[in-house]
Amino acid sequence: MTLLETDRSRDISQPLERLSPDETMKVESDQLRGTIAEGLAAPLTAAVPGDDIKLMKFHGLYQQDDRDIRDERRRQKLEPAYRFMARVRLPGGVLTPSQWLKLDALARDHAGNTLRLTTRQTFQLHHLHKKNLRAVMQGLRDVLLDTKAACGDDARGVMASINPALSALHAEVYTLARAASDHATPKTGAYPEIWYGEERQARGEGPEEPMYGRTYMPRKFKIGFVIPPVNDIDVHAQDLGFIAIVEDGRLVGFNVAVGGGMGRTDQAPKTYPRLASVIGFVAKDRVIETCDAVMGVQRDYGDRADRSRARFKYTVDDKGLDWIKAAIEDRLGFALEAARPYAFTTNGDTLGWQRGEDGREHYTLRVENGRVRNFEAVALFDGLRAVAEAHRGTFRVTPNQNLVIAEVEAADRPAIAALLNAHGLDALNGGSGLRRNSMACVALPTCGLAMAESERYLPVLTDKIDAILAAHGLSDEPITIRMTGCPNGCARPYIAEIALTGRAPGKYNLYLGGGFAGQRLNKMVLENVAEPAILALLGKVIADFAGNRRPGEHFGDFAIRAGHVAEVTEGRHFND
Amino acid sequence: MTLLEFNGPGLSEEQWKAVRGVATALKPQQALWLSGYFAGLADAARPEAAHAVPAGLPPAAGLSARTLTILYASETGNGAGLARRLADRARAAGLDPLLADMADYKPRRLKEEQDLLIVASTHGEGAPPTSAAGFFEFVEGRKAPRLEGLRYAVLALGDSTYEFFCGAGRRIDDRLAALGAERLRDRVECDVDYDEPAAGWIDAALAALGPVAGAAAAPVPAVPAAPVATVHDRTNPFPAIVIENLPLTGRGSSKETRHVELSLEGSGLTFAPGDALGVMPRNDPALVEALLSALGLSGGETLELKGAETTLGRAFGEGLEITAATPRFLERWAELSGAAALKDLAGDARSAFLRENHVIDIVRRYPARGVDAAALAAGLRPLQPRLYSIASSVTAIPDEVHLTVSTVRYDLNGEERFGVASGQFSRHAGPETVLPVHVQENPRFRLPADDAPIIMIGAGTGVAPYRAFLQEREARGTAGRSWLFFGERNFDSDFLYQTEWQGFLKDGVLSRMNVAFSRDGADRTYVQHRLMEEARDVYAWLEEGAHLYVCGDGAKLAPDVHRTLLAIVEAQGRCGKAAAADYLGALQESRRYQIDVY
Repeated sequence: MTLLETDRSRDISQPLERLSPDETMKVESDQLRGTIAEGLAAPLTAAVPGDDIKLMKFHGLYQQDDRDIRDERRRQKLEPAYRFMARVRLPGGVLTPSQWLKLDALARDHAGNTLRLTTRQTFQLHHLHKKNLRAVMQGLRDVLLDTKAACGDDARGVMASINPALSALHAEVYTLARAASDHATPKTGAYPEIWYGEERQARGEGPEEPMYGRTYMPRKFKIGFVIPPVNDIDVHAQDLGFIAIVEDGRLVGFNVAVGGGMGRTDQAPKTYPRLASVIGFVAKDRVIETCDAVMGVQRDYGDRADRSRARFKYTVDDKGLDWIKAAIEDRLGFALEAARPYAFTTNGDTLGWQRGEDGREHYTLRVENGRVRNFEAVALFDGLRAVAEAHRGTFRVTPNQNLVIAEVEAADRPAIAALLNAHGLDALNGGSGLRRNSMACVALPTCGLAMAESERYLPVLTDKIDAILAAHGLSDEPITIRMTGCPNGCARPYIAEIALTGRAPGKYNLYLGGGFAGQRLNKMVLENVAEPAILALLGKVIADFAGNRRPGEHFGDFAIRAGHVAEVTEGRHFND
Repeated sequence: MTLLEFNGPGLSEEQWKAVRGVATALKPQQALWLSGYFAGLADAARPEAAHAVPAGLPPAAGLSARTLTILYASETGNGAGLARRLADRARAAGLDPLLADMADYKPRRLKEEQDLLIVASTHGEGAPPTSAAGFFEFVEGRKAPRLEGLRYAVLALGDSTYEFFCGAGRRIDDRLAALGAERLRDRVECDVDYDEPAAGWIDAALAALGPVAGAAAAPVPAVPAAPVATVHDRTNPFPAIVIENLPLTGRGSSKETRHVELSLEGSGLTFAPGDALGVMPRNDPALVEALLSALGLSGGETLELKGAETTLGRAFGEGLEITAATPRFLERWAELSGAAALKDLAGDARSAFLRENHVIDIVRRYPARGVDAAALAAGLRPLQPRLYSIASSVTAIPDEVHLTVSTVRYDLNGEERFGVASGQFSRHAGPETVLPVHVQENPRFRLPADDAPIIMIGAGTGVAPYRAFLQEREARGTAGRSWLFFGERNFDSDFLYQTEWQGFLKDGVLSRMNVAFSRDGADRTYVQHRLMEEARDVYAWLEEGAHLYVCGDGAKLAPDVHRTLLAIVEAQGRCGKAAAADYLGALQESRRYQIDVY
């Protein structure tokens, strides 16, 4: 094939001074070492200096502060209560009970007695003090976990459908997800040197990062594997999605979807969420090559001049899908086959017990907004520790921030069920169809990006919407609702049937019309409004839905058909 | 003015015109500062005395008659970018603007400003960016000075989808006008596409500043006749108003240490770094009530105190010590109550009894009804002022005095008890509270010459005078190096004035800082441990003429630090114990080792 002609004025081929300052920062970081070690030792502040904040993201660490008391401390002439959040790299969300118990212990010792399950199937430890970071990282290493590339301009933790029922298929897809994750994890020695205190190794020939080079990716890159018909990972929100194709009960390969992504910026129409486009099919033994090819195209052609346009989705739209496909095939050395048929029915989790085809049992526990701690009503944190102490299978963190107690031998089910009951955990799976399909990001008080509440507010708002639904007899109707504290999209809001993104304390944008199975973007219907306006409009649409929906019609589909919101067919029209 | 008719040694007519143009526009403080500036220039230029005007001075024609400062409040960087653009344009027009982020700007300087251009972004619902919160708090607060003589204009940035569009810009614009400043140009409010309106405002604002060289010279304000000053001292304290009183210790602290600011405006009081402030407290009204009730007295009983007639209630409130009891009170109460047990108390038993029983406890345990007010008062000591090391520099912050107060609080006989003054600060000294104060000089704790290095060692509230030291050195623009050792219990909650030290370090006012937090780790680390770790450098600083200061607890800190210094000198100076003691003795004699303990 011939070299593809394209505009190279904003990509890696340009000198650093023409690119965003972050590119220089990466180059000058000595493969992510920077001055992190020195910053950790600085005694007059609990923060780290300058660029190290950005570099530490590549190590899975975010510097944050307790925003509830930021202003109070400013008056007290104290610096903000700086803390770090560590995000674990956990491909497919699968972990063992001993890993759970270690996370539990680290959370009790250093992370404010709480764990946070995330929308990308992993754990976040919040409230970590700078002086305890090494202890936490070494504690994770003790159970073969790390936080490499859980943030930063690199391939983030790789997702995989939890699929409790199809045991063999899950095992096969999970193994591929894990291989893709291992393959795409940065290889720099910075991590063991800084966190484990290892000596810097003398290196032989060749670059320290064969795939990433010195400038890594233009921005984050998200990979996920999904097993239809459940689109739990929201494959269309991934930069690179693999949709499992099963024929005659056997996994034959994957449809490849490229260019999905959620993040956008308010008042910046050049930014928008985009659903990944399916460009063809590859055999299952071509997965790693495909990752290399797609990531390589984004690494080499992604926009490195403007970070707000650096995600793969903009590269896809700027270059055109045909060009992108050709560039990928050029690197693969073969043409993709035509995409094969597949269908999604939902992006939610089925709660409660399910039996796998191998006879083992799986219990999916709803964890509201992924927050694991001891609540007044139920000691979730203690209860899950008790389960982990007894459990002999695995756990799976779901993409909806829930938790599967997986691979329970049939004989062990009564014991696990008794534990769940004794700690009151089984009661958590109740609630309305809306609540069971609700999801919020962390936001205040820890996230530095949040402009409004999310995790602490969505349950309150859901109560009020539930009252409206109940009045119309719709309490059990499954409806997806997602909230984020800023427009960046951690809870994948732009594909929910109802979504809210924070603008200011108590103020949100309201979106309607997303697809129930994550197959369609929603659209903004109210901008920067408070709760009364949100409830008033939802009340109107819900009343109409109750009276005029077609049988089986989902709320998001109805909202479009009834004219409450226009359909968004492509990301670039999201802001029209 | 005759002063301005003299055209100087060898100045050309043109140079003299320029100098005179500048001089006539100056405020007295600016003139004073400039005299030092020129003296410094002359010093620097001395080897090349041939130059009549030192190189590096801007050409005379480029000198503006008024100073221009550009301040910005920026959340996302847009405001900062516009401010930079504005500064570039101003420079191109021959002005010499000072460009500063409100976060880094000392708002007390506002009253020195002449022309001020502000670019203010709005964050959330009409609020300024977090980084500018302190600036807004000052300007909108009661401490804001009158700003007559200031000319200003505001460019407001915002997002019209928010309810309080450009709220921060509106607030600052209205507030500056309310403070008496002259608005040069109407505020311009920009939405998210701000380029065009912002460019228009920049042009208009710069034009409104007027021509650069020919700026009309403001007349030198007449020096007001100094009022006949009332002298305030210990016997005639100044009634100072509390203007700020908040805990420095953060949530979860095992103690409470407060920052208190008092207004000295109109007092004529002045002080040097190292001095203390005497504060006359009031007794807790609840304690006064409890004591009167235990005595069965109304408080309306009259008596004579310090030659003036007063009531018992007043005397308990602000004239007498009514917390800890003295042997004299014990004797007096034994007589008044007839309690035999009190009469027999003596020696250690009496000391122990007095430790465990305050006046109120004694009156309750050995009750006597209807005692004579005057007879009772005669057994009580007059209330004494409490002394606090001053934590501010009057050079840096005129008309105010700051204190760092540790709240004394403990349980006794089943009740929570407070120190008299610290308890008042902790519970009964909101804004507008008036406290009689006087300055207590402390000539044994003084900054050395401006260029001498200083090592400051302090624990807890012992750090207070060092805040005054550094404020003073910053205000004077001194060159001397400085090194602070600070100790407290917990990093997160007890790092007193943390952000101020960070700022002093960033600005180079403070050269080094070491901290010890005794309750953060398993092994208790104190300032003397940090000193020991830095033994080589500490000794080197002393050899280079550093002055050494120790402030804090007299029972523990000072002896521990002294022992450590002996060990450092012995090891680093390779001398014996006796020689090390002589070394420190000599430092003390030459006033290079000063101690202020309590």
